[in-house]
Amino acid sequence: MHEFLAQLFNGIALGGIYALIALGYTMVYGIIGLINFAHGDVYTLGSFFALTILTALGVSGELHGVALIVDVAIALIGAALLCGIVGVLIERLAYRRLRNAPRLAPLITAIGISFILENVMQIWKGPAPVPFPAVVPNPSITIAGVAVGAQQFLLVGLAVVMMVALQLFIHNTRLGRAMRATAEDRDAAQLMGININKTIMLTFLIGSALAGVAGFVSGVYYQSTWFFNGFGAGLKAFTAAVLGGIGNIAGAMLGGFLIGIVESFATWKFGGQWSNVTVFAILILVLVFRPSGLLGEAVYERA
Amino acid sequence: MIYAYFLVAIAVIAAAQRLTDLRAKRALFLLLGAALLCAPLFDRNDATFNVLADAGIFVLLALGLNIVVGFAGLLDLGYAAFFAIGAYTYAMMASPQFNLHLPFWLLLFLAAAFAALLGIILGAPTLRLRGDYLAIVTLGFGEIVPQIFQNLTTYTGGPNGIGALDFPSFFGRSFGQNTIPYYYVVLALIALGLFFAYNLRDSRLGRAWMAIREDELAARHMGINTTAVKLAAFALGASFSGLAGVVFAAKLSLVSPDLFQFQVSVLIVSMLVLGGMGNIPGVIVGALVLVLVNNVVLPQANTIAASAGLHVDFGNYHFFIYGAILVGIMLFRPEGLLPSRQRKEELHHAAA
Repeated sequence: MHEFLAQLFNGIALGGIYALIALGYTMVYGIIGLINFAHGDVYTLGSFFALTILTALGVSGELHGVALIVDVAIALIGAALLCGIVGVLIERLAYRRLRNAPRLAPLITAIGISFILENVMQIWKGPAPVPFPAVVPNPSITIAGVAVGAQQFLLVGLAVVMMVALQLFIHNTRLGRAMRATAEDRDAAQLMGININKTIMLTFLIGSALAGVAGFVSGVYYQSTWFFNGFGAGLKAFTAAVLGGIGNIAGAMLGGFLIGIVESFATWKFGGQWSNVTVFAILILVLVFRPSGLLGEAVYERA
Repeated sequence: MIYAYFLVAIAVIAAAQRLTDLRAKRALFLLLGAALLCAPLFDRNDATFNVLADAGIFVLLALGLNIVVGFAGLLDLGYAAFFAIGAYTYAMMASPQFNLHLPFWLLLFLAAAFAALLGIILGAPTLRLRGDYLAIVTLGFGEIVPQIFQNLTTYTGGPNGIGALDFPSFFGRSFGQNTIPYYYVVLALIALGLFFAYNLRDSRLGRAWMAIREDELAARHMGINTTAVKLAAFALGASFSGLAGVVFAAKLSLVSPDLFQFQVSVLIVSMLVLGGMGNIPGVIVGALVLVLVNNVVLPQANTIAASAGLHVDFGNYHFFIYGAILVGIMLFRPEGLLPSRQRKEELHHAAA
């Protein structure tokens, strides 16, 4: 029972990261029907940006008091902003031209972008995992006899706050409504006077910024980052998005936490080498038996 | 010298593509084939044929994946999994691992059959999915297969893989450490592959694939059993990969899970994209260009850089090269360098 709870808490924390990444996948898929393969690498880029900012601020260890809040805020917002800009650039330079191309063309392009980003990051920070400073203190709190790090709470809290904010933005603002309309029917939205290009850019900006946040958080949580992290994490987050129902924001959160928990339990029960196999098997099973996911609507082939 | 082989082959194929006279085209291909057959008589450089045999293995992979991606329009991002199946089939049945020493020639057929079977097992439930979901499912499958080979240490040697594989033999004469016999095996398999690829393309099945690629809904309404036809593409494509895997394993005399990672699948997709998806001469050229870059140009660039006192490893730029090819071609020339006329029309029509 003790181990069960410990794994559950681990899984929820891990799930918070996947959920943040999954939001980007689901938003972009919802609006332009593209599996943005490069999204996982934008997440890694987020941890690299955060690391660079922290290094520039002279941070190399645990922070306290005002410095903690200020430096973390700078790194977090900086990583999110820079990732957002990268996301927008990718959309502008690569995907926009292919919006009306046969549907595999943008997907192949996205894979290409992913490889380019990975290579750039490999050259930037080297092929080996890079240590990330443990900026946030991590006193453990005991719940039901299980010691849980304060970071896990922060992580989950941050993820939940981001998601609630996103949900409010999408449902209660003009821009959010424009995004939903564009996702529903791009042509009709355009006829209603919505600026499609701006709306899609905004989607990429928000999705990529959330990936940047996830990148920062994962750096603090794991105290390391690696240029190739985004490949696996991206696939798992995509699995989360599909599990929750792609295009559905609440689904992405739910899927993220579920995948985090599943991975954590699979690692516990079968060993770490089987965790990827388990997650990808779930991906295949969900796509085969319930492609609309847990919360999604029926998916149909778009022309 | 090695450049000469690649450049001549690429030039001949590209020239043949421009010819409209079928007979001249065929003559040119036969001439190239004959030249390749005779080459070892004049050139005794083993290293050259080593690279050429590797190139041939990738040509075979490209021909196989072209059936799936090029003809039927199904993006398979886990093609390396079938390659792994072929390689491990040979490794487990022709090595001290289980003390099985089945003959190479039998295993070629067995591996092709295994790979095709696995293609059917994977394809049957998933081929109903729309294109991009299929891509991700195959990707997941491509991740799972090498991981399983890595985890089942007792059977597969785990991360270290299986070594000391048997040398194939031909009428009792072992290939030994020579590369020339592998070169001939690869040439023969390519000839076989070309025969199948061309005949499939022009068959009823091939036309059904292209109909599905262009418009699946319309194809279904024309009475094509789309699931069965897609399954056939998957199984046939996989069998090419299985064959290639056997030769690859035998030639290297070693298999390990890290030889079949996602990058390999993307490399083969890049070959198709570069050369022109769906066009047989195109994908051959794509495969040749990328093998030339990977196995010849980059190592040489390293040597030159090292002699100039620079510490760069151009091997680190593989990802960038594949990525740039995928993005560049998709944006600026989606039909690839050497497209079939039909495909070009399709893509430009769709873009308009």
